[in-house]
Amino acid sequence: MRSRLYLSTLAIFLLAAPFMFTARYSQHVLILVLLYVALGSAWNILGGFAGQLSLGHAAFFGIGAYSAAVIASKTALSPWWGLIAGPIVVLPIALVVGRICFRLRGPYFTLATIAVGEVVRLVALNWSELTGGAVGVVIRPSGFNGTSKVPYYYIVLVVAVATVGLCQLISRRKLGYYLMAIREDQETAESIGVDTTKYKLIALAISASLTAVAGAFYANYFLFVDPTIVLPLALSVEIVLMAIVGGLGTVAGPVLGALLLKLSSEIFRNEFAQANLLIYGALLILIILFMPDGLTGGVRRVAALFGRKPLRVSA
Amino acid sequence: MFLLEVKNLTKRFGGVVAVDSLSFSVSAGETVSIIGPNGAGKTTVFDLITGFHSATAGEIIFDGSNLIGKKSHQIAKAGIGRTFQLVKPLRGLSVFENVLVGAFARTGDRGEARRVAEDVLDFTGLLSLRDAQADGLPIGLRKRLELARSLATGPKLILLDEVMSGLNPSESKQAIELIKRLRDERGISAVAGVEHVMQVVMSISDRVIVLNHGKKLAEGRPEEVASNPEVVEAYLGKPD
Repeated sequence: MRSRLYLSTLAIFLLAAPFMFTARYSQHVLILVLLYVALGSAWNILGGFAGQLSLGHAAFFGIGAYSAAVIASKTALSPWWGLIAGPIVVLPIALVVGRICFRLRGPYFTLATIAVGEVVRLVALNWSELTGGAVGVVIRPSGFNGTSKVPYYYIVLVVAVATVGLCQLISRRKLGYYLMAIREDQETAESIGVDTTKYKLIALAISASLTAVAGAFYANYFLFVDPTIVLPLALSVEIVLMAIVGGLGTVAGPVLGALLLKLSSEIFRNEFAQANLLIYGALLILIILFMPDGLTGGVRRVAALFGRKPLRVSA
Repeated sequence: MFLLEVKNLTKRFGGVVAVDSLSFSVSAGETVSIIGPNGAGKTTVFDLITGFHSATAGEIIFDGSNLIGKKSHQIAKAGIGRTFQLVKPLRGLSVFENVLVGAFARTGDRGEARRVAEDVLDFTGLLSLRDAQADGLPIGLRKRLELARSLATGPKLILLDEVMSGLNPSESKQAIELIKRLRDERGISAVAGVEHVMQVVMSISDRVIVLNHGKKLAEGRPEEVASNPEVVEAYLGKPD
């Protein structure tokens, strides 16, 4: 009952937000936060639930972004079709990548995903006929002419809510429990009938596809795509940070993580000029020192301090 | 008709023969103990049956089909549950969730899986601990949780690797009680690997197989095996 009240308040706030924050810059920040909510949550399905720490998600983001860009530059279609084409292109790539990388465990898997990210970046850099190489692709806007940010806000809101909603759905079902079992111990999981290879591939497929949708949105919003923007390792790291700072393997984690990190990084950028990264770094260190299991874990412990029943944010 | 039939099972790790042409069988509803000193090959036998290692040679027939070449999760679904010598709880999950994951092997339906999990928790006496985190449990309860998780998958046969190790006398009494009830109330066959010859364990076994250096040294009813001079020698050495 109470949670329903919270949810409807949140829904009203999210729907009304562009009218409460009318400045273009505030709307831009809201869009960024929601984009990273989607990215962090999508990553969390593979990295948080299934415990397969990928540092290559920029590859899926970039392929999604380039799908929209290539549609814009090579066809007469709207780049918004990238929201559908992105995951379609990413899916088979993710499955091939998974087949190879899932043979490796722990840090070796993570290293392999870094390699995947680099391979995709180098392909995009050198396949100039398709991607424009280092010059990148300028996308002509379609649908909205870019004067108002409001339509973009609602589109990314749908992407983010759908991604978080899917995480919530997964976390309470067989798939979610199987992924958590894989995270905790793959041998145990196998011993109780979990096809670990299959379920890791499912997690990767869902995670990569959702990341590609976010990438395609990005291309439509920024209207420019090049390898240093949509395919850098730094982007993969940033996505992971949302989930880790928020709370690995929890539905609320990446949402809180994106909110805190994106808002603070924008505020720091405006307030502290050149020192913004220094202060951002200090914030990260503080969170990791004092909330080793992320913001959701911190909230849980504070709630426990006040004698409330421990909050189960994960399920 | 045997539930499990192992024929000439052999496993070599490089030059070491861990299991040497071992044959044995388990009938439905039977509790068999495999005993043998440390390094006798008990865990390797369990790992071979459950597909965690691949056999060098031999056959494993379960419920009429050959398990050789099958993956661990397929073997689990076919109806063989197992526990691990070094217990492996799903640490981040609660007791209930640990068992729930097992129950999902039977059904994809959440409500049905929850019912199975609750039933198994009740059977194993863990219901009052359902919300406890698995990694906070003492060893005795963790062992019981392993059994419960495996039981939730609905096995016909359960392999218990070192069920008694690390347990204090009252915990092992409870464990023995539970294994008895497994057979008597649920009709589940069990193969228990036990390092030490313990009269209590032998009293619950319908049959005992003695393993030494990967070979079957003796097989029979518990009291026969206990008085077998070769078995005594394997454990205690030759008398002067």
